[in-house]
Amino acid sequence: MNAPLLHKINDQHLWLSPQRCIFWEEASALILSDTHFAKTGHFRKNGIAIPPQVYKEDLQRLINLVAHFKPTQIIAVGDLFHSYENKELDLFLKWRMDMAYTKIILVRGNHDLLHSSWYEAANIEVVEGILKMDNFSFVHDAAEINGTNNTGFHFSGHVHPGIAIRGIAKQYLQFPCFYFGKDHCILPAFSKFSGLKLMKPKKINTIYAIANGKLIQC
Amino acid sequence: MIPSSSIGNQVINNWLSQKEFHPFEFQQETWQSIEAGKSGLVNAPTGCGKTYAVFLGAIIQFINAHPKDYQQLKNNGLQLIWITPLRALAKDIGRAMEEAIESIGLSWKVAIRNGDTSTNERSKQKKNMPEVLIITPESLHLLLTQKNYPALFESLQMIVVDEWHELLGSKRGVQTELAISRIIHCNKPLTQNGEHVKHTQILLWGISATIGNLIEAKEVLLSPLKQEGIIIKAIIDKPIEVHTIIPSEIEKYPWAGHLGIKLAYTLIPIIEKSKTTLIFINTRGMSETWYQTLLTVAPELAGAIALHHGSIEHHLRLWVEEALHTEKLKAVVCTASLDLGVDFRPVDTVIQVGSPKGVARFLQRAGRSGHRPGEISKIYFLPTHSLELVEAAALKEAIYQDAIESKEPMLLCFDVLLQYLCTLAIGEGFNEQSIFNEIKQTHCFADLQETEWREILLHLTEGGNALQQYDEYKKVEVEEGIYKIKNKQMAMRHRMHIGTIVSDAMLKVKFMSGGFIGVIEEWFISRLEPGDVFTLAGRNVELVMIKEMEVLVKKSTAKKSIVPSWMGGRMSLTANLGHILRQTFSKALGEDAGIELASLKSLFELQASLSHIPLANELLIEQIEAKDGFHLLVYPFEGRQVHEALSAILAYRIGRIMPISFSISMNDYGFELLSDQAIPLDDSNIEQLFSTENLFADIQKSINSTEMAKRKFRDIAVIGGLIFQGMPGEKKKAKHLQSSASLLFKVFEEYDPNNILLRQAYNEVMLHQMDEVRLRQALQRISQSKIVLTYPTKLTPLSFPIIVDGLNRNNLSSEQLEDRIKKMQQQLSAL
Repeated sequence: MNAPLLHKINDQHLWLSPQRCIFWEEASALILSDTHFAKTGHFRKNGIAIPPQVYKEDLQRLINLVAHFKPTQIIAVGDLFHSYENKELDLFLKWRMDMAYTKIILVRGNHDLLHSSWYEAANIEVVEGILKMDNFSFVHDAAEINGTNNTGFHFSGHVHPGIAIRGIAKQYLQFPCFYFGKDHCILPAFSKFSGLKLMKPKKINTIYAIANGKLIQC
Repeated sequence: MIPSSSIGNQVINNWLSQKEFHPFEFQQETWQSIEAGKSGLVNAPTGCGKTYAVFLGAIIQFINAHPKDYQQLKNNGLQLIWITPLRALAKDIGRAMEEAIESIGLSWKVAIRNGDTSTNERSKQKKNMPEVLIITPESLHLLLTQKNYPALFESLQMIVVDEWHELLGSKRGVQTELAISRIIHCNKPLTQNGEHVKHTQILLWGISATIGNLIEAKEVLLSPLKQEGIIIKAIIDKPIEVHTIIPSEIEKYPWAGHLGIKLAYTLIPIIEKSKTTLIFINTRGMSETWYQTLLTVAPELAGAIALHHGSIEHHLRLWVEEALHTEKLKAVVCTASLDLGVDFRPVDTVIQVGSPKGVARFLQRAGRSGHRPGEISKIYFLPTHSLELVEAAALKEAIYQDAIESKEPMLLCFDVLLQYLCTLAIGEGFNEQSIFNEIKQTHCFADLQETEWREILLHLTEGGNALQQYDEYKKVEVEEGIYKIKNKQMAMRHRMHIGTIVSDAMLKVKFMSGGFIGVIEEWFISRLEPGDVFTLAGRNVELVMIKEMEVLVKKSTAKKSIVPSWMGGRMSLTANLGHILRQTFSKALGEDAGIELASLKSLFELQASLSHIPLANELLIEQIEAKDGFHLLVYPFEGRQVHEALSAILAYRIGRIMPISFSISMNDYGFELLSDQAIPLDDSNIEQLFSTENLFADIQKSINSTEMAKRKFRDIAVIGGLIFQGMPGEKKKAKHLQSSASLLFKVFEEYDPNNILLRQAYNEVMLHQMDEVRLRQALQRISQSKIVLTYPTKLTPLSFPIIVDGLNRNNLSSEQLEDRIKKMQQQLSAL
């Protein structure tokens, strides 16, 4: 696994992983977003033949990350699951049994539509709107943050941020990225079966592109 | 020709002579062939009675079958299916048919069926089928999703495919082939002894403008009949006058892409002295600009000119067509939307703005003017950049040589087949063996292998081959040997997506106060912010918001606005024209240069002094070092498609010499490889780089390293049912099924490289662009030509249009990704 990169905010140690998540050392928390688990199964159930391997690899990546960082909790800032129930969720549940001791907090995203009893059975704590923890806030869509509820630095997902790099001779490449602003961080989509929205960064933004399993600051 | 003595023929001839019409020879010939039970192809230009040639044949047949009571017989069931590629045509054809039916005294009904037909009208048709159904290929497939559809075709006598040349060579053509194969076979169900119940064979007729491969066109159409059929040619000599509009100040005239707007004033006297003028513009976006400009240049034309293109609201379009008939308009700015169809009699002049990219299309457009016998078709060609004047000269030469291009039929389109099978699975379901035999009779799938067929079926029932785990996949189920789609939602979604014309998701544009203006592509509108002003249907409107699938706007008085550019509309010069263009070019500074080339003298002199003017037996290569990188320009004059392939092969071969990244651009004259470092090509390796050695392997590898297959996959994924384009009012559930073609392409490449639709994307590139035979010929020609390598100090007239054309660039790199990023970042910080 390529080495994570340290990014400090409020004296907290945030380890950015090129595996598309952040390890928050002080809280022993793995922060991730837009895993869209069981998306491939949802497609198949509706007559669109997508192979399940892309989902299985996403899940395996999470398993490896948990083994590596040994977090006590996982904070998913939304879209942990893609849609309604399908068989692919069983694979997740199987893994959940094995890792019962890791707490999972889900800040509900627009795709998280499963019945509350399902989350309960899966031992997932679901938070509506904004989760606050120490000096940080967690929300699925940063657009929900406004003047009245804005307290300090927040993490979000939802947009699947991407960054374009241009060179001379019309050279052009694009990558998923971590997108930092003065008071917020937008996480890349954890799932590899997801698209990109190209961001238009300004000077104050710090961007880490994920290219070939490495983080590159742009 | 002596008219046949059948009663039907007499009735028709009497009727015609009452109206003082004299049938053309080809019409008589068609009627007699139909009476004799033959099928075939009528080759006639628009505006000389091709509709009557076939339609009256069907009536004659009916009268002959019912000589005593043909006038009284009502509700005879469907007799004639008339397939037309354009919705806009249906209404006029229907009107012409109804007039004839009424005055001959038949009790037939004519109905139109297409995307605009209301559900109310549809259910009426279902209960009581009209005798004549005018229908698009898409709606015909929709008909096949109905329960008990074979009953509709029991009485059917004839299928006609109008404008077959438009459908042939496209996936809509394949769709048409499939629908015909089904209808023909369900018309003759087998009795228990295995004999056909009916012995009357459905007749099949195509109507086509002149193309290079008429015989093949006929064979493709008649393939399921297993009959040879005949071709009937209308020998109507219609003189065509081609005028080129020569800019008065050629030096100042832009070298590339300025729409020719500066010459708009030259059109005013042409419009004024003509009765009605059609102004053909190649893209919808440009047509909006032209419409605005003409009004600015000649405000007195307000109210007398109109705009017509595919994104304009239906009723508005109909109004324009009506006004054309009734001579209310002086001019209409249009796109291919008015290419086909019945004649607008008042039209006596046609203006073509920009290259038509093909001889057939140019002739067809010219033919929209001066229909009446003895009249001359007049067409003016207005170049949008200087080099198009060369194309004008080439076009004239091609018309003189009668070099009209062919429409190559498409083969083994698995995406269309998958869609078709789902269509059948919704309706009556299908039996695998009998439908396989039927499909094999079409031209497109004649070579379909048993193994491919198994894969297609597996894709429908299991999602893919058994080695893959397509767990919980559900689409088509097999029950007692019948393949069916039982899920209602899935069936509904499929119905909404029947068709092979793939465009970006379209959004409706409406005024806040109500009133629909037209449609616009999602990717364009997503770039705008509320408050931005854009042009649609000739009006400037301000974006207020996007809600669901609708764009809400209000009127704007802003002077500046953004003109939407619709994707597509990017055509490649046909191979014929490329060849003639090459010859024309070499005459540039010669004695016998025509008026077009002569007017470009100063430009050619500049080209000659900076670089060189290639002769027909030469290949010019320019290497230009500029601030934005190192440009390598090659001019084979083979047309855009071949250039895309050649450029990829060349880039791949150079990339093997050293790690290097290219951005590649091409047009019909040549192509450009652009790099941030010097390109290692010189006298010592040119021959090797253009050699035919290892061509096949290099083709494969260069396809894999460019985006060509990925681009093809976009359409395939939509047609094959992997992507659902947004539909208004769709529920959230369907939104969870959206993904982009490029993402799916990536997933399949990585996890299911044998996926049948993915393979088709590569096959299409191989077949249409990377055709080995064609490339080998091109490379062989190059190897026999003299290569002229120049190092101009500035951009040359020839290079300029290619370099500024930023659309659809390909990329190819043999560098390490990290190295590329590092280099790009250094370049950025150095700025």
